[in-house]
Amino acid sequence: MTVVYVIVVSMLVAAGALTLVRLFRGPDTLDRIAALDVFVVLIVGAGAVYVAFYQDVSNVALLVAFSLVAFVGSATAARLAAHRERHR
Amino acid sequence: MTFLDVASAVLLLAGAAQGLLGALGLVVLPSLLSRLQAATKPQTLGLLLILAGAALRVPFESAVTLLLVAVFQLITAPVIAQIVARSVYRSGAVRPEVLVVDELAQRLKRSDDER
Repeated sequence: MTVVYVIVVSMLVAAGALTLVRLFRGPDTLDRIAALDVFVVLIVGAGAVYVAFYQDVSNVALLVAFSLVAFVGSATAARLAAHRERHR
Repeated sequence: MTFLDVASAVLLLAGAAQGLLGALGLVVLPSLLSRLQAATKPQTLGLLLILAGAALRVPFESAVTLLLVAVFQLITAPVIAQIVARSVYRSGAVRPEVLVVDELAQRLKRSDDER
């Protein structure tokens, strides 16, 4: 069973690395915002994999908080970027 | 190893594969709008599958909390995609000749006329 979790975590890490490539390469601010949002989703997914592996439910509430904070952050950044684009 | 463990493992694998697919699309696809597709749809499906796989292995109360995460993801992912896509459109990065229908242009034009 551990093999399954190793595969799952390595897939998530690979996905995170690819997302970081997009985050660094850009080329646009909006690209980076989209990449950052995907990255946060991957982190929440990794947290859920942790919960499943250790059957440790003490961190489940953190996942809720993290996804909500990520939403506020991404929405604010996207609005700021939109504002800047319009005044260019 | 029970049936629930196997089902959970299958769901986790499928979810992680979806996440990887979405990240791959984020790097490979050519334009910002198509990358936005890869950023929202596979990622949301992947997270839902992973959460379902995790929910099968924890007590019921924690599974409900995981369901809450899934609901928030389903609500927030389209909102962010909508804001970003509108910003992309406003910044003029969308080539109008590749679009079949452009409903946003008509709508923006109408709201400009009313002003």
